Amino acid sequence: MLNFLSIYRWIRVIKMGFKSLWLHRLRSLLTMLGIVFGVASVIAMLAVGEGASQVAQEQIRRLGSKNIIVRSVKPSLEQKATGQRSRAIEYGITWEDATRIRSSIPNVEVLVPNRIIRDVIWNTQWRVDGQIVGTVSWYPEMRQLKIIEGRYFTELEVAGVKNVCVLSIDTIKTLFPNGNPIGKSVRIGSDYYKVIGIIEDDGGSGTTYQSQNFFVQNTETENAKRKKEDATFTKRDIESINKRKGSTATPQYRIYIPITSAQKRFGETLVRRTTGTFEAEKVELHELIVMVNEENKVEEVAKIVDNILQKYHKQRDYELTIPLELLRQAERTKQIFNLVLGTIAGISLLVGGIGIMNIMLATVTERTREIGIRRALGARKRDIILQFLVETIIMSGTGGLMGIGLGLFIPYLITYFASMPTIIRLWSPLIAFGISAGIGIIFGIYPALRAANMDPVEALRHE
Amino acid sequence: MNNCVIKLEKLKKNYKMGSVEIFALRGISTEISEGEFVCIMGPSGCGKSTLLNVLGCLDKPSEGKYYLNGCDISLLDDDTLSDMRCNYLGFVFQSYNLIPQLSVVENIEIPLYYQGVSPNESRRKAIEMASRVGLAERLYHKPTELSGGQQQRVGIARALVNNPLVILADEPTGNLDSKSGKEIMDIFIELHNQGKTIIMVTHDENIARYGERIIRLKDGLIEKDEKVLSRIGASI
Repeated sequence: MLNFLSIYRWIRVIKMGFKSLWLHRLRSLLTMLGIVFGVASVIAMLAVGEGASQVAQEQIRRLGSKNIIVRSVKPSLEQKATGQRSRAIEYGITWEDATRIRSSIPNVEVLVPNRIIRDVIWNTQWRVDGQIVGTVSWYPEMRQLKIIEGRYFTELEVAGVKNVCVLSIDTIKTLFPNGNPIGKSVRIGSDYYKVIGIIEDDGGSGTTYQSQNFFVQNTETENAKRKKEDATFTKRDIESINKRKGSTATPQYRIYIPITSAQKRFGETLVRRTTGTFEAEKVELHELIVMVNEENKVEEVAKIVDNILQKYHKQRDYELTIPLELLRQAERTKQIFNLVLGTIAGISLLVGGIGIMNIMLATVTERTREIGIRRALGARKRDIILQFLVETIIMSGTGGLMGIGLGLFIPYLITYFASMPTIIRLWSPLIAFGISAGIGIIFGIYPALRAANMDPVEALRHE
Repeated sequence: MNNCVIKLEKLKKNYKMGSVEIFALRGISTEISEGEFVCIMGPSGCGKSTLLNVLGCLDKPSEGKYYLNGCDISLLDDDTLSDMRCNYLGFVFQSYNLIPQLSVVENIEIPLYYQGVSPNESRRKAIEMASRVGLAERLYHKPTELSGGQQQRVGIARALVNNPLVILADEPTGNLDSKSGKEIMDIFIELHNQGKTIIMVTHDENIARYGERIIRLKDGLIEKDEKVLSRIGASI
């Protein structure tokens, strides 16, 4: 036993392993490839999965985990047909709903009523078809949106029905391609609004909030934008921000004005003329963000809000979005995603392991005589086992390390070429390496046992 | 000098070849003392190789007793048998059985490696042994770069490096021309003169006459156990 524990033995068995693998370089390398790609794909797939879910979670988080978003939804066509065609369709949440929610639920802290109107925004010859969001002064705080330049409008300005506006970066880029827009005016319809601030792009909220948006934006951009907070706003900044955002992001042309101004200037009935048809609809509030004071009460409050609304609405012309719930769903989706990707990559590792075993079995047969000689010269069975097992482990371990190298590189390429966000967690290379080393042991045991259990006399006679 | 190293009592060995049972050894009893140079002779199939395998602890006897240095081999497990081979026995094979990817000195080191000798120490001993058999110039050559005679010398050096009690040689000159064969036999004579116990299987009468004693086998039994009268290279 003392003999077995001798350090020289280990040094030499490892040296011996490297030597005999080096003797068949090409064969060893080809055998390792299975593990290399297996490990690389585990890391790369986990990185892609993490990246995607990180973006999704970030966007959901920015909707606010304490928030409940109530949106007005146009009733389905069937119901519309039964209504009066001549008059404007009236639907959606009302100011009254807001008051009811505010006064009847004690856990509700803040309400953000929004009106969202589509119209063309003008700056002399530049125009953009955008969303006009009539809202309150605490909107950016609720949505965790950063003011990049200037300021947001105040409560006083809301109360005073002022014609001021804050533009999103995308809007600025199109409307003011030449430089600083602060202090200048934009025109919507026949009214002029003074630009007082620039706000970062909404990571996908309001009516355009769609789940497919999750995958288009890069968290890196988000962070970069945050860093810009204190920096002076220049044209170059916008360009660089937009460049980093990646080509797949859809621009969001939004302009924020006081809700009072929106109500006064646009009225409550919106008329949309499209070719041949004429549609009018009356919506008081398009969106209502309800902030709950405690995160664990969010779902409870959401139920109450739903009940209140149900009581006063004849048809379901609203919908509730609970970011917290979405967050949990995203978490679950991520887990499944990781599991599926991990399994696929695991299968490729398994195939790699079988490849190693196959080669080791061939090697054992090829070296039968050597095994006989070693046995005759005093090698115990366990010496032979160790010799072949070490060879397999060296092979899978080296393959694993190469795979980690490749696996760290692939996500970089994916981000670079497909502008998909990827995140490499520390545990993913560790897990991948652990699995590959484990595969070395598991798939090495059988060939090693076979080598050790050969009859020395037979092995010596082997040609 | 008359210390008994190997003692065989009614040693039998049977094989199963398919459904046929082969009785390779059918009851061999003899004693070999320390320092003896014994040659085992006999026609093909008489059980020479089987006997050597049993003596070399590579095979266990089916029946009977084999005492090596006082130990009953038939009672030992595989690991202890390996240790016996490692510590008490040195093998010299007809076809040299060197490991082709290892150099001369590395081949010689193998038994020491399984004894757990430190790398420096075993390298020193291996070089010493290589010099003893006249291969000091060829330490780092591969076996394939050596002549048959040289390869067999590596084999002898390897068999000697662990300072074994008994050297077992299986037709060590069988693959060599007469000149190289004589050189190899000279080494054996020298070893014998130094007091090593040597058991050699051969079918060459001339080679057998280098030894002190010839055990002739026939059909798995000792036919004749004789002293060599006219020895070649007898001690001066």
